Amino acid sequence: MGLVSTAIVLLIAVFVARESFPLLRSVSPVRLFTDSAWNPLEGAYNMAPMLMGTLVVSAGAVLLSAPLGIASAIFCNFYAPPSVARGYRAVIELLAGIPSVVYGLWGLMVVVPWLARFEPPGVSVLAGILILALMILPTMVMVADATFARIPSEYFQGAAALGLSRWTTVRTIAIPSARRGLLTGALLQTGRAVGETMAVLMVCGNVVQIPKSLADPVRTLTANIALEMAYAMGVHRAALFTSGLLLLVMILVIIACAELVNRERSNA
Amino acid sequence: MPEPRARVMDRLSAILIWSVAGLVAASFVWLVGNVLQHGLAQLSFEFVTASPEDAGRGGGIAPIIVSTLIIVAICMAVTVPVGLGTAILLAEFLSGSSRLGRLVRRSLDVLASVPSVVFGLFGNAVFCQMLGMGFSLLSGGLTLACMVLPFFIRTAEEGLRAVPKDYRMAAASLGLSHTGTLAHILIPAAMPGLLAGFILSVSRSLAETAALIFTSGYVDRMPSSLLESGRTLSVHIYDLSMNVSGGDGMAYSSALVLMVMLIVLNRIAMWLSRKWSTQRVVA
Repeated sequence: MGLVSTAIVLLIAVFVARESFPLLRSVSPVRLFTDSAWNPLEGAYNMAPMLMGTLVVSAGAVLLSAPLGIASAIFCNFYAPPSVARGYRAVIELLAGIPSVVYGLWGLMVVVPWLARFEPPGVSVLAGILILALMILPTMVMVADATFARIPSEYFQGAAALGLSRWTTVRTIAIPSARRGLLTGALLQTGRAVGETMAVLMVCGNVVQIPKSLADPVRTLTANIALEMAYAMGVHRAALFTSGLLLLVMILVIIACAELVNRERSNA
Repeated sequence: MPEPRARVMDRLSAILIWSVAGLVAASFVWLVGNVLQHGLAQLSFEFVTASPEDAGRGGGIAPIIVSTLIIVAICMAVTVPVGLGTAILLAEFLSGSSRLGRLVRRSLDVLASVPSVVFGLFGNAVFCQMLGMGFSLLSGGLTLACMVLPFFIRTAEEGLRAVPKDYRMAAASLGLSHTGTLAHILIPAAMPGLLAGFILSVSRSLAETAALIFTSGYVDRMPSSLLESGRTLSVHIYDLSMNVSGGDGMAYSSALVLMVMLIVLNRIAMWLSRKWSTQRVVA
């Protein structure tokens, strides 16, 4: 019974790989990045624009969201009065529970029209980054919050005895002691951002191109699967499974990094 | 006394931290307020009891609620026995450092971070095509089960581990068998944790969209068998907002219904886990 979960992991890898085989047998992996375009019906399988889309949107979201998340956790632990901190944690929990499709709906109806006033069309890399940043924020807040809570209270008593100001305490004691936890949080956020489908599908515009500016529409790997899977046949279908395989590999790399960070922590 | 520069930094950082918190809270209020404002407009008793008309622009969402409930029920019917079995194995039979325990835990971690759209691909290849279930409620439910399994197992395992050692020793000294101890003592004592895991899994499966689009499909009729296609609330929201022009209002109302369901479930789970942690302190 216990091996069911292990079996599912293996099955997922095996099946996604098996279904992408029809493509990988006839097309060399290099062509996935050097073909002239993404046009699977005519035998062009360039995934580079979508890979770039995923990377740019995820990186942007994590770069924006990680500092905000860390600041939020600092707020809960060192600045807010206990009742405010409790309320704030409840807000974060509720944010974590909002389905991604609702984030997408709000992004599409509110954020996109707002962005379009400055730089049409509105559906863009930036819209994706903003929505994703809010979506993955709770991950960082929860991890950072738990990490700060684990710092021995002697550290803070020492800081207080030295007469350090609140900010100096946070900057020189809390953040350095929590460094690894914060890094783990950022990696978890990256994993979620890379794998997120619905919200980016709804606000990024889904044009297959390498974005030149933040206001350009873009299509991510996940959005591509969701958009085309419904009607894809044959080699096209295999191409989508190949992009799924690519996603799976990216996630495994991220997990391995998180594992490495944790292992160093337990050795230290 | 801190020097003036440090005091300025202290003041500045406090302002910055409070404004970040304000910004996050404001975004939350904005999002929820927006959904409430647009969602309440069409919300009525009719809305949850009528069938959708005109591709969802009119009518209600009754068949969609039914499909959602069926998919979630299938998902949980698979998740609970398999998940509980795994959790019992991890918590009671394997020590934390055994090789098998580590392997299972590692796979759960991986499984928990696989993107939902990849679960969709997997479900499509295995359930829809290989096992010949097609786009159906059954395929969707089974795909979701694979997805929520790690979350259920993790919570259930914690629940079982939180049962005090004394209970196990008392049971052993009374000569209860291992199975008897599990059935009569450990599982009842861990019930709040198991229920919390159950509710979290239900919430996850309610919120999921990407894994369902190409496993359970798009059909918005009232389902008459498990092998028929049906869309869940979240797929309905997606379809209305992206593919149906003029479906925005209905998308908002469906989002409101979905969020109310999720918030109620979340509150119950919180209440249960609080009850469970006080119980642990008392025991």
